[in-house]
Amino acid sequence: MNASAPIKHTQAESDLMDRFEAARDGLPGSVAVTALREAAAGQIRDRGLPHRRVEEYKYSDLRAFMKLAAPLAAAADAGTAKTLLDSQDTLGGLERYRIVVSNGAFLAEFSDVEALSAEGVTLSAMSAELAGENGAQLLASPKSGPNDGILTLNTAFVQGGVIVRVKDGAEVSRPVELIQVAASTGAQVSRNRISLGKGAKLRLLETFVGDTGEGELNTVFDYDLADGASLATTRLIVGKSDAARLFTTIATLGADANLKSLGFMAGPRFARNQQFVNFTGENSDAKIFGVTMAGGQDLADQTLIVDHTVPHCNSREFFKTVLDGHAKGVYQGRINVAPHAQKTDGEMMTQALLLSEDAEMANKPELEIFADDVICAHGATSGQIDEDLLFYLKARGIPEDEARTLLVLAFLSEAIEEYGEDDVTEGLEARVRDWLAGH
Amino acid sequence: MLEIKNLHARIAEDETEILRGVDLTVNAGEVHAIMGPNGSGKSTLSYVLAGKDDYEVTEGEILFNGRNMLDMEADERAAAGLFLAFQYPIEIPGVATMEFLKTAMNAQRKARGEEPLSIPDFMKKVREEASHLNVSMDMLKRPLNVGFSGGEKKRAEILQMSLLEPKLCVLDETDSGLDIDALRIVSEGVNKLRSPERAMVVITHYQRLLDHIVPDVVHVLSKGRIVKTGGKELALELEKNGYADYVDAAA
Repeated sequence: MNASAPIKHTQAESDLMDRFEAARDGLPGSVAVTALREAAAGQIRDRGLPHRRVEEYKYSDLRAFMKLAAPLAAAADAGTAKTLLDSQDTLGGLERYRIVVSNGAFLAEFSDVEALSAEGVTLSAMSAELAGENGAQLLASPKSGPNDGILTLNTAFVQGGVIVRVKDGAEVSRPVELIQVAASTGAQVSRNRISLGKGAKLRLLETFVGDTGEGELNTVFDYDLADGASLATTRLIVGKSDAARLFTTIATLGADANLKSLGFMAGPRFARNQQFVNFTGENSDAKIFGVTMAGGQDLADQTLIVDHTVPHCNSREFFKTVLDGHAKGVYQGRINVAPHAQKTDGEMMTQALLLSEDAEMANKPELEIFADDVICAHGATSGQIDEDLLFYLKARGIPEDEARTLLVLAFLSEAIEEYGEDDVTEGLEARVRDWLAGH
Repeated sequence: MLEIKNLHARIAEDETEILRGVDLTVNAGEVHAIMGPNGSGKSTLSYVLAGKDDYEVTEGEILFNGRNMLDMEADERAAAGLFLAFQYPIEIPGVATMEFLKTAMNAQRKARGEEPLSIPDFMKKVREEASHLNVSMDMLKRPLNVGFSGGEKKRAEILQMSLLEPKLCVLDETDSGLDIDALRIVSEGVNKLRSPERAMVVITHYQRLLDHIVPDVVHVLSKGRIVKTGGKELALELEKNGYADYVDAAA
């Protein structure tokens, strides 16, 4: 057992222990899954929430932020979920299929089950599969970050989610929105698995509506791309929230696969979007983009580890952050290149625009290269709005506020446009304007 | 239209005085050229007119159609009809030229209490003016001035000027960095805008530009003051003899 003295629990950590005791018998899962949950709860008990002395959380001290941990949200109420779904639309009139998860439950009645089935996509509830004989495999950890604190919280408390399977060769004609709905307050802990068969193609939109009150939102997306598969996924972490918004991506790419993702954050008080990407087949490509806006006392963290485990893969990471007020932005990006992963091409760039004197950006790009025939580069910049650009726009009659909006939008649009999913570009740019007008 | 009286201005940061009592009156329909050696304050004058924060006016006044221009922000001056064609047009990545033009035109219209332009009307205007200036649609799709050659940047400035239809055009060394052909296109664009209702102030080092844009009045600026005013023949004289006479005169 752990030889060190037990830590003194914070209120939130005591709450989490209570939460686990209260929920353990009701949480879904096989015997093996239950064992994983117990181990995860033990880890939380022994180590506490991740804090600033844990390297990966140096700039994002979740332990200091979480004053308490609300109980898990009760089972979804379909009526409330429906009302929320009807009242809020994050992406305007975009034609898309919808998959609804509410309070951890997959709600087939509000999801486009039949239309998706006709396109070669099947859906099933994570909770049911966790109880099945392969349940424990669904909670697998990423190669880098097996003991990650947020992931551990997810494993201990995961209520459910959805498993999306796209069959070999299926190219889904419309984007699919996976929408999480908080039908009541309380912590929401879900895990979704998106599994693409050989040569399958999917465009995914990940959104959230509702209010979790004082409960954290902890969501894991596990993407599994078979050879030749292609996934483009847009994650929106938007809207005001006083509770933590925690997102984890675990991506595993086969050969000749393409992953493209954009993590878009604006509004929550404490948000972390962490991604673990692993290349397991050659000639694959990952393009990871981040667009972050934070104001007031917000903390917004984009963390990323890309593992080039095999040769001949390309990764590009491009992150943009705009900060105002006393906000803090974090970018931690690491590209690992294994000894035999020759001909790896990795390029990472993080750029921040600080709109106030008190905003703060922590940029931490890292390369860890053990192969000798690779092309890898990284860069980081932080700056303010260029007064010369502002003057030029004003000299053409554009008032200061509008000129600033234009320049911030231009700064962030570089990433949105390079991401290049045209059907969401307009919606995302509208969200940037919303944030600028009301943060 | 423009009355500058005893204008003194300095660099805000280090308080270096650049303009030391400029007097200049420009009437509607006139084209004035301002010539002078390096460091005489030509560009500073253009920036002070446009309202750049880097400069502080310590004395004097600028009246634009009777309004005190020094009380106005840069965007208000533009909406009132002032246009500065920059010596070095700024590159703005991420802002598409078309989008910028539309935003600027509509911002000025809004400030004047006019309705925004409809998209078809806007497109029509842009296409028409762009064709005169040899500005391609491809250029207009690119981010503003990004990757434009020197000549393209200057043509884009004149395009903006044509679309915004200012009352007073200030051209700051518009000839710098232009080859003969580009100079001709730009000058034609400027000449097309000459009208009895519009005034122009053309700032230049060289007489060359004034062969194409023929001024009504030529001023020599030296050490922050206008030291000589004459007709267009003054430019020819300067070309021949240099600025030496006037630099000494001002000292």
